[in-house]
Amino acid sequence: MAVSDTQPNSTHPSLSDVVIRTEKVNIYYGAFHAVRDVYLDIPRNQVTAFIGPSGCGKSTLLRCYNRLNDLIPSARVEGRITFEGVDLYSKQTDPVEVRRRIGMVFQKPNPFPKSIYDNIAFGARINGYQGNMDELVERSLKSAALWEEVKDKLKQSGLSLSGGQQQRLCIARTIAIKPEVILMDEPCSALDPISTLRVEDLMHELKKEFTIIIVTHNMQQASRVADMTAFFNAEASESGGRFGYLVEHDRTQNIFNQPKEKSTQDYVSGRFG
Amino acid sequence: MSVSTANESFGTEKQSIAIARWIDRIFLGLTCAFACFIAVVLLWITASLFSIAYPAIAKYGLGFVTASRWSPVEDLYGALPQIYGTIMSSVIALLIAVPLGVGVAVFLSEDFLPAKVRTPVAFIIELLAAVPSVVYGLWGIFVLVPAIQPVLEGIHQAFGWIPLFSTAPDIRGLFQASLVLGIMISPIIIAISRDALISLPPQLRQGSLALGATRWETILKVLLPAALSGIIGAVMLALGRALGETMAAAMLIGNAPRISASVFDPASTIASLIANQFSEASGLQLSSLLYTGLILMLLTLAVNVLAEVVISRFQQIE
Repeated sequence: MAVSDTQPNSTHPSLSDVVIRTEKVNIYYGAFHAVRDVYLDIPRNQVTAFIGPSGCGKSTLLRCYNRLNDLIPSARVEGRITFEGVDLYSKQTDPVEVRRRIGMVFQKPNPFPKSIYDNIAFGARINGYQGNMDELVERSLKSAALWEEVKDKLKQSGLSLSGGQQQRLCIARTIAIKPEVILMDEPCSALDPISTLRVEDLMHELKKEFTIIIVTHNMQQASRVADMTAFFNAEASESGGRFGYLVEHDRTQNIFNQPKEKSTQDYVSGRFG
Repeated sequence: MSVSTANESFGTEKQSIAIARWIDRIFLGLTCAFACFIAVVLLWITASLFSIAYPAIAKYGLGFVTASRWSPVEDLYGALPQIYGTIMSSVIALLIAVPLGVGVAVFLSEDFLPAKVRTPVAFIIELLAAVPSVVYGLWGIFVLVPAIQPVLEGIHQAFGWIPLFSTAPDIRGLFQASLVLGIMISPIIIAISRDALISLPPQLRQGSLALGATRWETILKVLLPAALSGIIGAVMLALGRALGETMAAAMLIGNAPRISASVFDPASTIASLIANQFSEASGLQLSSLLYTGLILMLLTLAVNVLAEVVISRFQQIE
C-alpha cells in the first residue's frame, strides 16, 4: 500500500507499527460535508487522542472506525480506512466483525438493563465464547478496576451502579470481547473528577494490550493519557456550513509544547474552543 | 426601571396573587372531587352488582363457579362453561395476538421501512384499535371466518385425532371467535409495544452493536428485554379487553353453554351470556347474570394485579 506523498496535514513520519490507516477520508451527512481530507495513522498499543473544538468532526471520524455511522442512513464515507491492511468499507467487510474487533466506549455510560454479570457475559455469548464465563467476567472486571467494588453484587442491575462505575462496567464489557482497538468517545465527560482519574489510570494499563483512540474535550486529559494527539479544527465552508479537518498530528508533548500550526498553539493555550 | 417603581409593581400584584391562590384552591378542590367521584362510582358498581347478585350468591355460593348447567327453564344456574369459554377464548386470542403484535411492533420501531412509510402504517394500525367491536364481529362472520373455513377444515382433517380439533368447524365456534378477538386486540399490543421500543435510549442499541451484535441479537437480547415491562403492560391491557369483549364474542362464539374439548365447537363467554339474556331475565336468572358479571370483574382485576406484579418484578432489574 503506497503511502500517499501528498499529506498536507501529515501523519507523523516515525510511525512504524500502524493499526488503522486513514487516507483522504471525507465524511458527508447527506449534502453536508462534515469532515474533509483526513490522513491519519493510528499506532499500535498507544493512546491517540483526538482534540478540537465542537463540530470539528472528531467524534464523527471516530465512529467511522467501527462503522457506527452506518446507523445514520444519510452518512457517507469517502476515501480509504484500513484496519490491519483491510479496507473497512469494502463490500466484503462485515460491519459486525469490524465492531467485534474494534470496540467502543460511549460518552454517556450505557450499561444494558441487565445484571452486572450479564452485561459482561452478553458480548462474550453473542461472539460464541466457549470458555469459563465466571472467569471471563472476573478477569474483565479486574482489568477495568471494578472487581473489588462489585464482586459481591454481580446479580444486581448494571444500572444500580454510580456513573463512574457504570462507565468502567462498559469498559469491562468491551474488554471481555477482546477487541484489538478500543474507541472512546469522551468517556469521562459525564464523570466526576475522581472517576475520571480512575478511568485515565485504567487507560495506561489497557494500552499494553489494546490500541486506544480517545476523543476528548479536555486538553489536560489528552496531555495526561495520550502518546499521540491529533488536533482537529472546524472552518466555515463556501456553502455556509462548517466542516472539520485535521490540523496537526504529532507526539502529545510536541502538540502541547511546540505545535507547528498557529491554530494548534491557540487552541492548546486556551485562546479559543 | 428604578428600585422604587419595582417595589410599586410588587405591591400592585398582591391582589392578583390572592386571586391566583383562590384559583389554585378551587382547582385543587375540583380535581379532588373528580377523583373521589371516580372511586365512588367503582364502589357503587361493585356494591350494586353484589346486592342484585346476592340471591344467587346466597343460593349457590362458590358452587356456582363449578356447576356447568345454565338452564332458565329449570331455573338452575352454574357458570363454569362461561368462565371456561371466557378464559379459553382470551388465551387463544393472546396466542394469536402476542406474536403478531410484538412482531409488528419490532418491525415498525426499526428502520426496515423508510420513515415516510412507517409513520402512516403506524397511524393506520392505531386506527384499527378504534374500529367498533360490532364491526369486527360482522367482518368475522361474513368475511374472515368463511375465508379461512377451508384452512380450519384442513386442520380438522389432518389433526382430527387430537381432541382439540376433533369436530368439524362451523362459522361459529370458540376458535373462530378467538381469532377475531386476537385480531381485534393486536393493535393495542402493537401500539403500546411500539411506544415502549421507540422510547428506549438509542445508546442501548449502539452499545449492543458496538459489541459486535447483529441487528437480530440486538433486538432479541437487548431491546425486547429492556422494553419488556411496557410489552407486558400492553399484553395485559389487551387481555383485559379480550376478557370483557362482548359483541364480537357474542356474534361469533355460538353461545352454547357447554364445555367441549374441541376448539371448533360453539362455546359461550360471560360477556356473551349477559348480552344474550339480560333483556328477558328476572328473578334468580338476573341475580345469576350479575353474579357472573361480578366474577368477570374479579377476573379482570386479577389480571391487572398480576400485570402490576410482573411489571414490578421486571423493573427491579432496570
